[in-house]
Amino acid sequence: MATQAFAQEAETPSEQNLDTVIDVPHGEPVEGATGHDPAAEHHGTEVGADAHDTGVFPPFDPATFPSQLLWLAITFAALYLLMSKLALPRLGSIIDERKARLDADLAAADASRQKTDAAIAAYEAALAAAKSKAQGIANETRESIQTELAAKRQAVETDLAARMTSAEARIAQTKAAALTQVDEIAAATAQTIVAQLVGEVSPESVRAAVAKVGKE
Amino acid sequence: MAGTDPIHQFVIQDIFPIATIGGDGTPGSGMNIAFTNSALYMVLSVVVITGFLLMATSRRSVIPGRMQLVAEMGYQFIANMLRSSAGTEGMKFFPFVFSLFAFVLMGNMFGMIPYAFTFTSHIIVTFALAMLVISVVFIYGVMRHGLKFFKLFAPAGIPTPILFIVVPIEIVSFLSRPISLSVRLFGNILAGHITLKVFTGFVVTLGAAGFLGWMGAILPLFMAVALTALEFLVAAVQAYVFAVLTSMYLNDAVHPSH
Repeated sequence: MATQAFAQEAETPSEQNLDTVIDVPHGEPVEGATGHDPAAEHHGTEVGADAHDTGVFPPFDPATFPSQLLWLAITFAALYLLMSKLALPRLGSIIDERKARLDADLAAADASRQKTDAAIAAYEAALAAAKSKAQGIANETRESIQTELAAKRQAVETDLAARMTSAEARIAQTKAAALTQVDEIAAATAQTIVAQLVGEVSPESVRAAVAKVGKE
Repeated sequence: MAGTDPIHQFVIQDIFPIATIGGDGTPGSGMNIAFTNSALYMVLSVVVITGFLLMATSRRSVIPGRMQLVAEMGYQFIANMLRSSAGTEGMKFFPFVFSLFAFVLMGNMFGMIPYAFTFTSHIIVTFALAMLVISVVFIYGVMRHGLKFFKLFAPAGIPTPILFIVVPIEIVSFLSRPISLSVRLFGNILAGHITLKVFTGFVVTLGAAGFLGWMGAILPLFMAVALTALEFLVAAVQAYVFAVLTSMYLNDAVHPSH
């Protein structure tokens, strides 16, 4: 069905082509080529009913090939030249420029970040140094205080020890003195008691007796 | 008659004749050269592609506008595709692949405008483009690698007896590339346009047949709408496929030993 349809239709282009063929050698005006002129159609039908492209499916009509190939070559060559010389370098340069700018910006950002990192590191190092210094000072102070304290304590202790020994010596002296006095008191008391009980005795004998008892 | 005929849209019409080469002077003989509707849309495609790209990049702004973004996306899309399939050395063909992609895409997209002519629906156009691709591959491959280019037909690491089977297969596959490349694009566009026209033709024919026909025309109308969307997809995908295959064939020219 379609074949019939296009067979009928295809007459139109063939007639137009024929008109072209007829028109060109005679240098006639171009209008006839549009093929909407009924007179031209008649003309075409009469002269070229057996034209080689009649009834051919238009895409397979070899009569149209030269024109199509010619214009394809012209237009594609023009497009290729326009693309390769004008449009694509322009587009490419825009893209490259942007890429370069982005890269530069990224590099700058990276440099700034590194600078920041370095600053932070320096700050932290300074902080750590200050901290350790402060700790050192604190340790030193503590140590000096401790040694001072120890020295003071030592002095106090030796002082105390000295005082204690002197006190002990004094106590011992006092004790010894007291003890001798105890003997005398005891002799006197004993003499008195003995005198009361038995009469007079020599102080020497009393003392000897007391010493004898004190030794026991 | 032209209203519902699905083939009419592919008819080449002369806008003005240029010359007739050869022939015996009788009508229909010789080679007929003219500026046709097909040529008009080829010229329009070139004008639109170039105009768009130049307008989009006219400001050269670092922060792209909408148009510049589209142009850059197209650029990088094709550049990445070519780089991934043909490597950095293949990038010297970037303008070629980009031009092919843009040309085919624009031709397909012009075809989606009602009453416009689709030059990619003509086998001679797609075949010429495919032959151009294969010629570039072959000529560059031979110029760049000399006889080593023919290693393409003999993959490395295959035992000699099997080479007798593999080499003819590889040669046939190489020779069939321009055919498959051109017929794929041509067939897709042609079939899509015919289908679209047939369905819209149903709408017109049924719509003329009174109320019942008018009701019956609703279904093909929806089909026509859906097919239009599909055809836009096909138009873009076929241009992409053409460019991808071109990149892969160019890879053979750049690196012939598999």
